Amino acid sequence: MSDAVPILNALDLSIAYGKDDAVKNVTLPILEKKITAIIGPSGCGKSTFLRSLNRMNDFIDGVSHRGQILYRGSDLYAENVDPVEARLRIGMVFQKANPFPKSIYRNVAWGPGINKLPGDPNERVETALKQAALWDEVSDRLNDSALNLSGGQQQRLCIARALAMEPEIILMDEPCSALDPVSTARIEDLLFELKKKFTIVIVTHNMQQAARVSDYTAFLENGVLIEYGETDQVFTRPKETRTEEYVTGRFG
Amino acid sequence: MTALSRKSIRWGESILERVFFLCAFLSVITTAVVIFILIRETLIFFESVSVTEFLFGTRWTPLLEPKSYGILPLVAGTALIVVGVALLALPIGVACAVFLSEYASARARSIIKPTLEILAGIPTVVYGFFALTFVTPLIRNFIPDTQVFNAASAAIVVGIMVLPMVASLCDDALRAVPQSLRHGAYSLGATSFEVTTRVVVPAGLSGIFAAFVLAVSRAIGETMAVTLAAGATPNLTLNPLESIQTMTAYIVQVSLGDTPAGSLTYQTLFAVATVLFATTLILNIFGTWIMRRFREVYE
Repeated sequence: MSDAVPILNALDLSIAYGKDDAVKNVTLPILEKKITAIIGPSGCGKSTFLRSLNRMNDFIDGVSHRGQILYRGSDLYAENVDPVEARLRIGMVFQKANPFPKSIYRNVAWGPGINKLPGDPNERVETALKQAALWDEVSDRLNDSALNLSGGQQQRLCIARALAMEPEIILMDEPCSALDPVSTARIEDLLFELKKKFTIVIVTHNMQQAARVSDYTAFLENGVLIEYGETDQVFTRPKETRTEEYVTGRFG
Repeated sequence: MTALSRKSIRWGESILERVFFLCAFLSVITTAVVIFILIRETLIFFESVSVTEFLFGTRWTPLLEPKSYGILPLVAGTALIVVGVALLALPIGVACAVFLSEYASARARSIIKPTLEILAGIPTVVYGFFALTFVTPLIRNFIPDTQVFNAASAAIVVGIMVLPMVASLCDDALRAVPQSLRHGAYSLGATSFEVTTRVVVPAGLSGIFAAFVLAVSRAIGETMAVTLAAGATPNLTLNPLESIQTMTAYIVQVSLGDTPAGSLTYQTLFAVATVLFATTLILNIFGTWIMRRFREVYE
């Protein structure tokens, strides 16, 4: 395991809906410019955990946090933290592609526009679309509605939209779960490129995907972090029997 | 006989099917008959009055000598009400919907929504009475020159009358915008205000426009409140503080009077009704057309 300082660090983090803890005492570092995969059976709290990393849980009624999440050493949930500011640095791609009902161009230019990010917007859109491996398919129809794109293209557009903000971290919540294998493969290829510049946390129920793309893997079960380590180790030499049973497909 | 051949005719089913068809057919037939009568009687009217005089004449005095049949004063009266309603009900209705769908807590919603619905249940005659006895004196307090019957007072109460409908339809339109769009916008560092104004409202625009068209339609067709509060003076004016007469109020006035059937005055009823019908029809067609255009862009 690397001894670099984690860019995000969950410390003894518990997240509750009402009184029930969905995430229990999780301590998990997210290392910079690496891909961290969070795996586990449905309902294990992995999405809840992910959403807490850029304060998207703020929009869900009755969610409360205990413990800490440190972003570069400072508490993400401190009183004086502006969640809008946090989301500028920690972007997100959702399970289901959710492009705005606007043109392809305006989808990508939207975030930088409202936040008045510096530089030429056209360049920013082009760069983001190239990074998301979508440019070649849409460069001649940037003013078409994003809704005319295929599902896989829409998801890459959503990735481009997140990239255009030049965040430090991108959270991905099962980004390929609604996509066909070809689109999935394209997005996985994309992740290898992206980790050169960005820190990525990806929630997935697809273990092959976690094994293929990630540097580190965390295995959650019933809200408890069972095991965390380098992906190779977690998949080939798991320390916990539960992990072994899960990654070898004996349950889940 | 094969295993699948019909063993008996299902009589119940076929009778019911016919009953349902008759019900559907009845509404179509009613509409057709109404249109037919409107057009037939209007054509009789146009045997005595030229279309040009009717549509472009600026005096409407079918009940007084010298008689004159220019509908523009009635159209202007209706337009004054419509503009007043649009200015009042649309901004407040949209703002109300934005509050309800984007900001209100479940508790606030549970109080405001039913209140709005009660507002929608008040009989229109009560609104007319309210205009005469409360709104008009209030306006005259500030602007003493205001006439007892005036368009402003009627427009205000009709505005209040259509407000629940506008708010409720806009609220539906905004709530139909998927939550995932809001989350997408938030994840890009947007504030609630930006999410509302730049994502949710534009995405709900076709529904908001539908509410707009329905509200205007309703304002054009509204009868009781404008008859009571706006007056019975066909008046080609843009001043909302003067007494006017709308197309609907004119129809009420003549229907209640002792105008003999078959007289030219009687025929004016149908001519005015045809204009009223044509206006709302064109408005609805226009509304549908615009909605389709918006839909292409936003959904």
